[in-house]
Amino acid sequence: MTAASKITALGLTERAKRAAKIAAGFADKVDIEGRFPSEGMEALKAERLMGIMIRPEFGGEGVNLTEIADICAILGQACAATAMTYAMHQIQIASLADYAVGSSWHEAFQKRICDEQLLIASATSEAGIGGNLRNSICAIEVDGETARLTKDATVISYGAHADAIMVTSRRHPDAAHSDQVATVFLKDQYTLEQTSVWDTLGMRGTCSDGYILKAEAPGEQILPRPFAEIAAQSMLAVSHLLWGALWYGIAADALARAQSFVKGAARKSPGQMPPGALRLAEASSLLQLVKANVVAGLKQFDTCKGDSDALNAMSFSVAMNNVKIGTSQTILTIINHCMLICGIAGYKNGTPFSLGRHLRDAHSAQLMISNDRILGNTSTMLLVNKQDTSLLG
Amino acid sequence: MKQTIRTLLAKHGNLPVAIDSVGDGADLYDAGLSSFASVQVMLALEEEFDIEFPEQFLNRKSFSSVEAIEAALSEILKEQAA
Ligand SMILES: Cc1cc2nc3c(=O)[nH]c(=O)nc-3n(C[C@H](O)[C@H](O)[C@H](O)COP(=O)(O)OP(=O)(O)OC[C@H]3O[C@@H](n4cnc5c(N)ncnc54)[C@H](O)[C@@H]3O)c2cc1C
Repeated sequence: MTAASKITALGLTERAKRAAKIAAGFADKVDIEGRFPSEGMEALKAERLMGIMIRPEFGGEGVNLTEIADICAILGQACAATAMTYAMHQIQIASLADYAVGSSWHEAFQKRICDEQLLIASATSEAGIGGNLRNSICAIEVDGETARLTKDATVISYGAHADAIMVTSRRHPDAAHSDQVATVFLKDQYTLEQTSVWDTLGMRGTCSDGYILKAEAPGEQILPRPFAEIAAQSMLAVSHLLWGALWYGIAADALARAQSFVKGAARKSPGQMPPGALRLAEASSLLQLVKANVVAGLKQFDTCKGDSDALNAMSFSVAMNNVKIGTSQTILTIINHCMLICGIAGYKNGTPFSLGRHLRDAHSAQLMISNDRILGNTSTMLLVNKQDTSLLG
Repeated sequence: MKQTIRTLLAKHGNLPVAIDSVGDGADLYDAGLSSFASVQVMLALEEEFDIEFPEQFLNRKSFSSVEAIEAALSEILKEQAA
């Protein structure tokens, strides 16, 4: 038995928890210094968790999205930057695994991801377009065998630490803005000229700096399916579900801190209900809503997976958008409750009840693909979409 | 029917190119049809033909080309007549 196969013989949850423990030890440092969560990411690689969604014939373990979401939730409780980096990487893997089928370059690349535990970043946001990932200004130019692309990418999370970047662009210089393709560029096939610094309130460890990306690679590295299809059927749903799972993790850890605060207060004055106890009960109910929302979304994704008609249905997009809106708003209410419960011990950094990092990290949720933008899209669909009023459907 | 579809696409489709330059079978999304505009076209068709698009047609495929829209409409109208 090789060292790698010994690790993969263990349960996914056990492997994720071991990596999360390491990530948790550095979470505050990563946040304060705004640096890449290298310890957490190295631990995930040591646990061979980078390529697990890839099919076994290309070296992966063929695990489903629900299992990945569970890992994101575990990591979210430890270090949100590690969790977000892992989630964003898996979003790229989901697109590759399902939308580059039959392309020998991408299949060989998936094998490399598993063998070498590579980290994949994403560049969809662009100057002039903002967060609308279904629109590109930049266009890829295919000249014989070679494809060239320059993109003014406003945000590329862990761009400087990635082994490859998946980049969206227009299909060719005459294509409409929405006629896009996605291309995988390897580290030695691009240069990154930094244009902005990621000095933010939260999610500081994702190091989501801005860059001018200049890339050149063989044309076969362009994903064979149109990006419109990848976005509609995979990327948006997978993003909302994995993000929702890790946001749940952030709120769950905040609630755990608040609960131990209340418990400590109860121990000190037996027979008396501590003042934060009712609020804790309320926060617990909200956390359950968040969890139910994510789990129901994962179940719906699982039911629709592989059925392009079901994944393309408007009702599916509405449901996935609602998962994002619901989770991103509710976690802020939960963490705020926890802050009120813990009082100054929660407001202060460096106590066992500190919640500043949780609150700041959680604030990115409603901006990360702006909720207003998502609500706008959903409201368009609701002009024609019919509400599913069944409880179980 | 194709002509009505084309007229409504020209009016509500907000395409960056003239609708006449897009063939009946050509992909409207590749030609720049946004999902917002596709819903507007759908609403205009519902008004024009006095129908409602049922759930199974509320997807990208039903709106991917003039021919696809025509096929969807024909089926809905047939259902309604029955
Ligand atoms: C932690 C983190 C990591 C990220 N990592 C990456 C990454 O790796 N790669 C990447 O490409 N991007 C990444 N992003 C960027 C993200 O995907 C979005 O592009 C970005 O969060 C949205 O940026 P924006 O608010 O500037 O733009 P916009 O979405 O354009 O929003 C700007 C403002 O305009 C409003 N607005 C815009 N459009 C509409 C509309 N249609 N309806 C209503 N209001 C609208 C919004 O409400 C908002 O107030 C990351 C973001 C975060 C927070």
